[in-house]
Amino acid sequence: MNPQISAFGMAFLFILGGIVLVLLGLAVASLLRPHRPNVEKLAAYECGEEALGSVWGQFNGRYYVIALIFVLFEVELVFLFPWATVFGQKELIEITEGRWGWFSLVEVWLFIGILVLGLAYIWAKGHLEWLKPQPQDTDYQSKIPAKAYERINRTYQKNKT
Amino acid sequence: MVLLLFYFFCFLIVVSAFLMLLTRHILYAAFLLLLTFLGIAALYALVGADFLAVSQVVIYVGGVLVLLLFGIMLTHQPVGGQPSAAPQTESRNLWWGALTGIGFFALLAQVIYKADFTSKAWIVSAESQKRLLNNSSIPHLGANLMTHYLLPFEIIAILLLVALVGATLLASRKS
Repeated sequence: MNPQISAFGMAFLFILGGIVLVLLGLAVASLLRPHRPNVEKLAAYECGEEALGSVWGQFNGRYYVIALIFVLFEVELVFLFPWATVFGQKELIEITEGRWGWFSLVEVWLFIGILVLGLAYIWAKGHLEWLKPQPQDTDYQSKIPAKAYERINRTYQKNKT
Repeated sequence: MVLLLFYFFCFLIVVSAFLMLLTRHILYAAFLLLLTFLGIAALYALVGADFLAVSQVVIYVGGVLVLLLFGIMLTHQPVGGQPSAAPQTESRNLWWGALTGIGFFALLAQVIYKADFTSKAWIVSAESQKRLLNNSSIPHLGANLMTHYLLPFEIIAILLLVALVGATLLASRKS
């Protein structure tokens, strides 16, 4: 296409352009469309249910820890990316009689291993544990005895067979 | 066409940066920051810095911005079911802030204006060898990472480990 941009750069620009064009489409639509909101229209759609509370709620703080771990592993991924382009190169492996492949593989396993150590530490220390809500027992006493359910089950079982 | 693309992405960056400053809604500002980051990544790709462009998207768009959004969603307290439109604190040091911004802009503009990019030694040599463009820098980077810069590479892993453990311990500290 264009000699001034590498083939990769071209593909990358197309990806970015795709993302931006969607946003541009939404922006242009917001300029053109009629704007007549009412309470019913502005309500959040919850699969047909009446929505409770506000959309702008606060998130659980646990998400933040997960996001932090994600960012650090992402930085690691950025370093693996240039490694992945050279580690299997045929010429380099042939020049070094196969030592290059093993060498770079071991080095990268070391690199990943150090970070996995950190993940294992965090896991073992329980920072990945999710705070689950405890199911609470109610003191509500049902007027229907448990035997009634059993009888219904038996009747339906009989009808089936 | 390249020039057109360049101006398109420049326009995108400037507009989204301005809107980010003008909007009163912090979540919209974060999403406009996403556009700015994407535009800068596109500029990196345009000048042939492939690795930098991918890093920009992976780390800033994929990571830092997600963290930022989480930070907003965790701390942002909506007032009466709606996001608070007006900032809670008064804006201070308006003039000093403006002065600092304009001064920094002037400094950068002067440096860019004075720097003679075309006669820099490494640019001249790269241009004469036709290495500057059309060549992905990533395999070269990978080979260097595995040979000359192997020790820094492994030290980075330890640095990331320290950051991982430290950040998690700080973030999940029981109050």
